[in-house]
Amino acid sequence: MGIRFLLNGAPHDVAAAPTVTLLDWLREQRGLTGTKEGCNEGDCGACTVMVTDPDGSARALNACILFLPQLDGRAVRTVEGIAAPDGGLHPVQQAMVEHHGSQCGFCTPGFVVSMAVAHLNGRRDHDDQLAGNLCRCTGYAPIIRAARAAASAPIPDWMRADAQRLGDAGVIVSQTHSGAHPPAACPRSADELADWYLAHPDATLIAGATDVGLWVTKGLRDLGPVAFLNQCADLRGIHADGDTIRIGAMTTIAELGTAMADRHPGFAELIRRYGSAQVRAAATVGGNIANGSPIGDSPPALIALGATLHLRKGDARRSVALEDFFVAYGKQDRSPGEFVESVSFPVQPDRLACYKLSKRFDQDISAVCGAFNIARADGVVTAARIAFGGMAGTPRRARAVEAALIGQPWTEATIAQASAGFALDFTPLSDMRASAAYRLRAAQAMLTRHFHESMGRAVNVLEVGA
Amino acid sequence: MSVNRSLPHDAAPLHVTGQARYIDDIPMPADCLHLAFGLSSVARGRITALDVAAVRAAPGVALVLSGADFDTIPDCAPAAHDEPLVSDGAVHYLGQPIFLVAATSHLAARRAARLARIDYAEEPPILTIEAALAANSRFEDGPRIYGRGDVEAALDAAPHRIEGRIELGGQEHFYLEGQAALALPQEGGDMVIHASSQHPTEIQHKVADALGVAMHGVRVEVRRMGGGFGGKESQGNALAIACAVVAARTGRPAKMRYDRDDDFMVTGKRHDIRIDYRAGFDDTGRVLGVDVTHYLRCGWSMDLSLPVADRAMLHADNAYDLQAARITSHRLRTNHQSATAFRGFGGPQGMAGIERVMDHIAHRLGRDPLEVRRRNYYPEAPVAPAGASGGSISEAKMGGAPARAGVTPYGMQVTDFILGAMTARLAESCDHDRRRAAIAAWNAAQPVLKRGIALTPVKFGISFTLTHLNQAGALVHVYQDGSIQLNHGGTEMGQGLFQKVAQVAAARFGVGMDRVKITATDTGKVPNTSATAASSGSDLNGMAVQAACDAIRARIAAVVAPLLQSDAASVVFEAGMVRANGAEMPFASAVQHAYQARVSLSATGFYATPGIAWDRIAGKGQPFFYFAYGAACSEVVIDTLTGENRILRTDILHDAGASLNPALDIGQVEGGFVQGAGWLTTEELVWDDGGRLRTHAPSTYKIPACSDRPPVFNVALWDQPNRAETIYRSKAVGEPPFMLGISVLMALSDACAACGRHYPDLQAPATPEAVLAAVDRARGVQ
Repeated sequence: MGIRFLLNGAPHDVAAAPTVTLLDWLREQRGLTGTKEGCNEGDCGACTVMVTDPDGSARALNACILFLPQLDGRAVRTVEGIAAPDGGLHPVQQAMVEHHGSQCGFCTPGFVVSMAVAHLNGRRDHDDQLAGNLCRCTGYAPIIRAARAAASAPIPDWMRADAQRLGDAGVIVSQTHSGAHPPAACPRSADELADWYLAHPDATLIAGATDVGLWVTKGLRDLGPVAFLNQCADLRGIHADGDTIRIGAMTTIAELGTAMADRHPGFAELIRRYGSAQVRAAATVGGNIANGSPIGDSPPALIALGATLHLRKGDARRSVALEDFFVAYGKQDRSPGEFVESVSFPVQPDRLACYKLSKRFDQDISAVCGAFNIARADGVVTAARIAFGGMAGTPRRARAVEAALIGQPWTEATIAQASAGFALDFTPLSDMRASAAYRLRAAQAMLTRHFHESMGRAVNVLEVGA
Repeated sequence: MSVNRSLPHDAAPLHVTGQARYIDDIPMPADCLHLAFGLSSVARGRITALDVAAVRAAPGVALVLSGADFDTIPDCAPAAHDEPLVSDGAVHYLGQPIFLVAATSHLAARRAARLARIDYAEEPPILTIEAALAANSRFEDGPRIYGRGDVEAALDAAPHRIEGRIELGGQEHFYLEGQAALALPQEGGDMVIHASSQHPTEIQHKVADALGVAMHGVRVEVRRMGGGFGGKESQGNALAIACAVVAARTGRPAKMRYDRDDDFMVTGKRHDIRIDYRAGFDDTGRVLGVDVTHYLRCGWSMDLSLPVADRAMLHADNAYDLQAARITSHRLRTNHQSATAFRGFGGPQGMAGIERVMDHIAHRLGRDPLEVRRRNYYPEAPVAPAGASGGSISEAKMGGAPARAGVTPYGMQVTDFILGAMTARLAESCDHDRRRAAIAAWNAAQPVLKRGIALTPVKFGISFTLTHLNQAGALVHVYQDGSIQLNHGGTEMGQGLFQKVAQVAAARFGVGMDRVKITATDTGKVPNTSATAASSGSDLNGMAVQAACDAIRARIAAVVAPLLQSDAASVVFEAGMVRANGAEMPFASAVQHAYQARVSLSATGFYATPGIAWDRIAGKGQPFFYFAYGAACSEVVIDTLTGENRILRTDILHDAGASLNPALDIGQVEGGFVQGAGWLTTEELVWDDGGRLRTHAPSTYKIPACSDRPPVFNVALWDQPNRAETIYRSKAVGEPPFMLGISVLMALSDACAACGRHYPDLQAPATPEAVLAAVDRARGVQ
């Protein structure tokens, strides 16, 4: 495939197989070895690069699970491009030196890029911005000191250059075209995608590549026909249509989190702990649903909100309740050539509580993820939608628990009684994340926690200070 | 002077700009081959058929080597000669290298390595402690036992007794740079190796053996590692040997780096341990006798397990003066990755055991655990009058032996104990007593969340227990322009060793740091080096460099003394000048005079740690030159519904002696603490019943992330010089702070204990699931 992007300010035309990662290309073809491979699966952040979109927005992404066609028409800045053109250090680089933020130095380029992007975007939530960068030497304290010290420094001119150049008409024109064998496509719209996918129903659709990337880097799979959806602008965005919120499939998890901050802050807080900044900026809502994972974090919350999934095949569209899309482990209600166009849920008063349980708070896959949407009137439960990830082969509702709550007074006794329903709803597995018994108990604990929280009691270890 | 200054890491500007080179960043030589291992998929058995035809036919493959392709399969083991590079037919763990592929790219090699067909005659693997004991599958003939006093009599006579068990999980190093090596074939069969290794001399030795050449035919260079933590002491041997073998056979450069998942599956980790204990004590918590048994799963080969297990025993006392103690250690051979060195080298396991005993005793007596700990401390070394010890520290408060020195279970006198004073200062600065009371009140009012607090000490022995390893060499050149190039046997893995040693050299010559360049560790410059391990890097190499610098300094002084109308003994080197008798000349001029006088401006330096002797079979002697101390107070909160837990605040006071570089030392303390806390909380290794490691990537194995550090994190260095004569009276600082993380486990135990009247018996790692189980036990719910 032929693609074009800016690399550290200079245009590059690249012809490459569609599943060459940016990391391998940088290191092996360009000799830009500042960007490191630490895990090759998007978990350590040593390969973090800055990517600027045509709209001028910049984000940190993991280069190890970023395929070159995803960069078409964009700008990439690696650690080699973070210092001034004359070699002067960026404020975050200077602060990292002065505050002893590097020891072995291997994670440092990734940290520097994440910090420079956060600095550019005016972010001061350093722990969240750096949750996707692992350091094994420093214990992070000096890195955070450096981030704080650099926060008030002005944004260097060269950090704005990519957005300006992409904005200059004609400087960079997306060169992507379909073709090659096996077929690879970069459709520009949902219509183009629908047509192409109908003709290539066995193709793999690549949205953010945070999951598919690992099929390539870890599974060493040949994907066969692929379509990159990053140019389908009409699949992206969140819109309120009357009493419905509609989320385009290519909306990133980061964008969803921003949109949920006011409407459903519990959902936004769940998303704060979803992956990392790099993963949230790449991963999409559609991908998180369509891959059918039993441990994706957005489906439980969306199911609890009563979400409907909108599918399209050619020109035919249909809608299903989101929980019905997940048929069984590895099996979804989706026919060949059919893709997720959007997901929607009704506008409603915020009652959503989400609880994510994992060994590590940040950037960890949930052992159990529970979402509770329970309505009460006069102390009695009038409606309940409760959904879980990690408790079955699919994201699934806790219907026995819901039934045991509805019509009952909102009391500790009701909670205790309803908790017995979890054993009817779920037969979880034991794995490296948690035992089956613990999972079941944790699900019950989440309902209890929700009750205590509704009574105004302290239940969240993240909200306690020394 | 350049020592005792907080200078940044020498490579920091290279780190932050991406210019610092690691093995995989070295510009690739033309024609370079890339290697990958094919790994076993069973934990134990014999290979009955190995078909690599598809591997050989895969795109880009140049060479495939399995056991049958060697007359003698090269050995990779650091000591026991029990680790064939590729399987000799026997399979000892799931992930063991079976064959080696060389291909034209890293990806081609990885792809090809998955194409072999391997048939096995499987045997039941030995995976558990019970299975290993039942099969008497162990290293050494039986358990090793150290101790002093009549333990059974002491236990019988004690007014109170406890017994219990704690299991502590292993730990993956997760150095951010995975294992890597590059071999460059030279003329005449010589070989140059670039390796990410803490032990270049061992790489040289093992590569020479593999190639059948003398050690002088192999040169190993290590510029830096992207993290080591003990994981690159022996675990990089296989990659360097594989590269050398392929390079020798093909005449082409060869590079190998493990994909992260392979790194997890192939290489060893920290030893997990089960500790059974019995203790007898009086009403005040004073220990009268303690009997401790260690069970370590060492994995398939011996590697460094014997000295690791020894060091666990040598730290089973930690800070406590145990009048009667017996420590029994079982080193079990199991079908896992071969457990290896990891920061602390067994010390953390041994120390966590006795801290658990203290915690348990305090709970039994209903006393403040800190009070029980202090009651059992070794006698404090007396504060000596100023100037008692000389050296370069003008207000040194160092003295002779205390009135009654404590004696360790292995018979070493503890003459430098300072934890009484350190604990008092830390307890005061962190307001321990008041906060402990406040936490109890808070807990009483909270239905869901509970807090806990614990202050724990660290006493860590400094020296390799294999006494002959306590030596180091250095090579220093002074050039005609007065610039200095420095080399020593230590390796740089992020700890700042190069900078600290460069500071020593600059101080000896009285010049600025810009005059000193430190160069990559190179077996061709300084031979016969010990691993950079046991926290010894700056102690050993700093002294060796000082000796080399002083040799050159004396030669320069002899030349310039007459020019300054002085005698050589009066010449001083300071502020970039060489001074005597009120006259001075720039250092560079003095160097020029020496050069023109035909005086050598190059010297080697050597150092051997004095006064240590250790009999590891008898378990008696003086294995350590001195002890490094520290104390940490951590506060945590737990969720009693789910077991989720978090550190809220940590205060640390750590003893780095007269620090060569306080900023770098604080970096070791902060980083070591977080790594230690990670070991005991989020980092869980899970093997399934077939012996397959299920946590083989950062997606499933969780080292601390940014927000896991204590949100309130106060770290200070103790302000007293080392009583032992070390380089500028500094102390080793690499490993000891790791064990400050034990305060987190004990604080979690304290929080769990707030849930009921029973002892919570918290196991490690304290994942949410483990904490919830401990909450249940505290409540008497099983």
